Amino acid sequence: MPEVSMSVNGRAVRGVVEGRTMLVDFLREGLLLTGTHVGCDTTQCGACIVHVNGLPMKSCTMLALQCEGADVTTIEGLAAHGAPLHPMQAAFREHHALQCGYCTSGMVMMAVDIARRVAEPDEATIREELKGNICRCTGYHHIVDAVGAGAKAMAVSQT
Amino acid sequence: MGDRLPRLEDERFLRGGSRYVSDLIATSKALRVRVLRSPHPHARVVTVDASSARTLPGVVDVLTPDDVVSIGDLPCEWAAPGMAVVPLHPVLARDRARYAGQPIAAVAAETTHAAEDALGAIAVAYDALPAVADQEAAIKEGAPFLHDAVPDNVAFRFRRTGGNVGRAFAEAGIVIRRRLTNSRVSPAPLEGRVVLSDFDTRSGRLTHYTSSQLPHTHARLLAGCIGLPLHKLRLVAPDIGGGFGAKLGFYAEDVICAILSMRTGRPCAWSEGRSESFLATTHGRDQIQYVELAARRDGRVLGLRGRVLADIGAYALGMGPGVPSINTGISVTGPYDIPHADIEIIGVYTNRTPTGPYRGAGHPEATFLIERLMDELARELGRDPAELRRVNFVSSAAMPHRLPTGFTLDSGDYAANLDAVLALAGYAELRKRQARLRAEGRYLGIGLATFSASSAASPSIAMGAIGFAMTGHEVARVVVHADGRATVFCGAQSTGQGHATSLAQIAASVLGIPPNDIEVVEGDTQAVPLGTGTFNSRSMAVGGSAVYEAARRIMQKARRIAAYKLERRTRDLSYEDGVFRPRVHAGATATIAHAIKGVVQKVVPLVFKRRSGFELPTMQRSADAVTFAEVAREAHLGHDLPLGMTPGLDETYFFDPKDVVFDYGAHVAVVEVDAETGHVALLRHVVVDDCGRVINPLLVEGQVHGGAAQGIGQALMEAVVHGGNGEPLIGGFNEYAMPRASDLPLFETGRTEVRTPINPLGARGVGEGATIGATPAVINAVLDALAPLAVTDIAMPLTPMRVWRAISAARGVSAADVGERDLDRRWSTVSRSVD
Repeated sequence: MPEVSMSVNGRAVRGVVEGRTMLVDFLREGLLLTGTHVGCDTTQCGACIVHVNGLPMKSCTMLALQCEGADVTTIEGLAAHGAPLHPMQAAFREHHALQCGYCTSGMVMMAVDIARRVAEPDEATIREELKGNICRCTGYHHIVDAVGAGAKAMAVSQT
Repeated sequence: MGDRLPRLEDERFLRGGSRYVSDLIATSKALRVRVLRSPHPHARVVTVDASSARTLPGVVDVLTPDDVVSIGDLPCEWAAPGMAVVPLHPVLARDRARYAGQPIAAVAAETTHAAEDALGAIAVAYDALPAVADQEAAIKEGAPFLHDAVPDNVAFRFRRTGGNVGRAFAEAGIVIRRRLTNSRVSPAPLEGRVVLSDFDTRSGRLTHYTSSQLPHTHARLLAGCIGLPLHKLRLVAPDIGGGFGAKLGFYAEDVICAILSMRTGRPCAWSEGRSESFLATTHGRDQIQYVELAARRDGRVLGLRGRVLADIGAYALGMGPGVPSINTGISVTGPYDIPHADIEIIGVYTNRTPTGPYRGAGHPEATFLIERLMDELARELGRDPAELRRVNFVSSAAMPHRLPTGFTLDSGDYAANLDAVLALAGYAELRKRQARLRAEGRYLGIGLATFSASSAASPSIAMGAIGFAMTGHEVARVVVHADGRATVFCGAQSTGQGHATSLAQIAASVLGIPPNDIEVVEGDTQAVPLGTGTFNSRSMAVGGSAVYEAARRIMQKARRIAAYKLERRTRDLSYEDGVFRPRVHAGATATIAHAIKGVVQKVVPLVFKRRSGFELPTMQRSADAVTFAEVAREAHLGHDLPLGMTPGLDETYFFDPKDVVFDYGAHVAVVEVDAETGHVALLRHVVVDDCGRVINPLLVEGQVHGGAAQGIGQALMEAVVHGGNGEPLIGGFNEYAMPRASDLPLFETGRTEVRTPINPLGARGVGEGATIGATPAVINAVLDALAPLAVTDIAMPLTPMRVWRAISAARGVSAADVGERDLDRRWSTVSRSVD
């Protein structure tokens, strides 16, 4: 079986995988990073979004081998252990943007990407940008609030 | 209680620290289980040959129907009353497969890939049979039968009558008659069902992790199926990624994993794939309703009668038959005072996935039925739909009000609730705007729906009467630790509702300590040996009340200890911010009591010394204050407690309500329909709910938003679609339209608060209400928009294609003409087949 190496949350990792192993399975079962979830297996729901070389990617539809040498960030890598929450994570908590929590890591990773690309996203922009993420619990209302507030907080923390 | 407290459990999730069953599997060495499923809606299973699959690398065990002959079928927890034959779902298909997706065999292998490969090596010989595609096909002459013991495919006929409906219709000035369809939808929690079963061969103990809304019930059912005594079974439901009713059923995969673990001596794990979920997890709704409403010309409704064909699917599974019979059958009159009713629910078997509860469970179907009829009545009479509803409401003064179909409305003020939603929506202004836009040729629609739905199914004594093999109570245990912090153990099961926060808030407000000092434990039959679970919007009304009562008993004891410390009577103490103090002006009797206590406390050391020879250390007795933490420490140590008191602050309470409680609310949906494309834009959705006492308004809003989104989804886009031979056409989210962020507006929510006398909190259900009201509100809005075109009905979901077709038909032929002819034809079909 082939070997793959990449950087995950700033740490160099190496593993032996089957060719058909998806990135999400490598993260969850190989590296025990279970914060990233699988909701559909078909690139529809976005629960599995992680950042690969700075871009949001659906890790259920990406082979682990495709990430050879890549820089991967998962939900576990947004805020260091013991450090305060990332502004987007904090906004999700403040605005009650999660209920069952299953879609949450994908939502937060997508939201961070939105905030990086759009300075002050309005409601319509946020809704359009979140089209690839399904949440069954919240009706999106509080998520939209949180992404707007989180983006604002991220802009402040960068300046 | 009542604080807008952000959730205590969120940080763990946000840092990636979830503990879903799949997370436990990912970090375990469990064998991976895959299930082979029937590709046919209906087939004889001739042979199942797994001999070559067993030899594949990585395969540890294969389970075929022959291996489970001694295993019990999956019990049906809620049969309809009077249901003589209850065809149960076998763990693996014995001789016939009755729906596409029914489990045939299972493989346990070292990896998921190895298990998947082995499925392909199992040879099954099927003999395909003609299938029953829907409930109307099921009762047609010559339809194939699913179960030999049910030679008409009719699972049950459940009829409720009240008053004199014949006279009501004879005296009516107007009768509205409709055939309504409530489509089959999927609860689709984002986490599918997941099982990790771990049998310890040496101790004979099974630890079974499963994504369940009913840990205790499922433990009982699993133990029964596999013949394991309950004290040898620990069932754990850790974090659950949404339920919505889908995880109330007890399914084959739980039994399969347990048996495989017992056979192999290894932990065995199964995770449902999304496409698998659309086949193997219960669907919701799916009713065809033939209904008539009789009213006077002044708008007063006199009677309701009808017949509902409910699709049970291939087997009576879980709560399947009980949902349409009891929940729809009893709720059809909604919040209205309709004195005469006659409703028959006919449950029918089809070759489709079994149906089960889905958020609202029978109430959305009942509400859709009556709310569509009320809107049509208003239209026929030329009345405003809000006014028509108002004149028909059961008034708050008339409560408690016995419904003609059974059950009693406990309390409520429907008119005030409707007024609140109309004010929040700016209803009068909306109607003016609609008139202006209509003049411009634009189609703005304003849809209304009100509802009243029974929640918190109870009391236990009544459960058997409605066929429910479950408890109606809930248990809570509150333990105060030696440092004054507390753990709440509750039989309810959060699947995302946030019990770790709301139950902590209830206990905190009684104990007078911060919610952060309270940990909530649920979903583990070892930590919480008895309990019921989460369904029917019962967690706060029943589970919360149990926590409240247990905490109150803790406080009674804590107060006695504090009084002893302060040498006062309990009633002479104040308790604020976690500190007991003597009241300053407690009066002369208090002073006398104080003196007597002092004497009693001097006697105890003398008696002790005489008996043991030891001096009791002099106890610190503060005259002015004692904290809750000091009381907790004393209760734990037991060094200086009132005479005869047992140590510990540890109270368990079973709360068994005396009746169900009705939650209610009103919705206003505002849509604009593009008449050229049929696209419906949902511009606004306004909800005013009444869930009685609110524990946490932030969480209530979350429930209302999410509930409304699901109701809107059913109205506009969601449907589990089958082909003409019962073959499923939905294979995942590519085909099944889930509402996305871009499909929904920001919700506008308000609240009225009439506390129910049924439980000590005054809490009604809230989890399901918004789903119940949203679907009819949106559909009424679309039909209101299209009123100028005389479109009077479109079957849900209102996809652009369906709306466009309805508009086209209306523009071509007279819509009333087409609709009436169609209705008459179908009406005569069902009458002939059923009678």
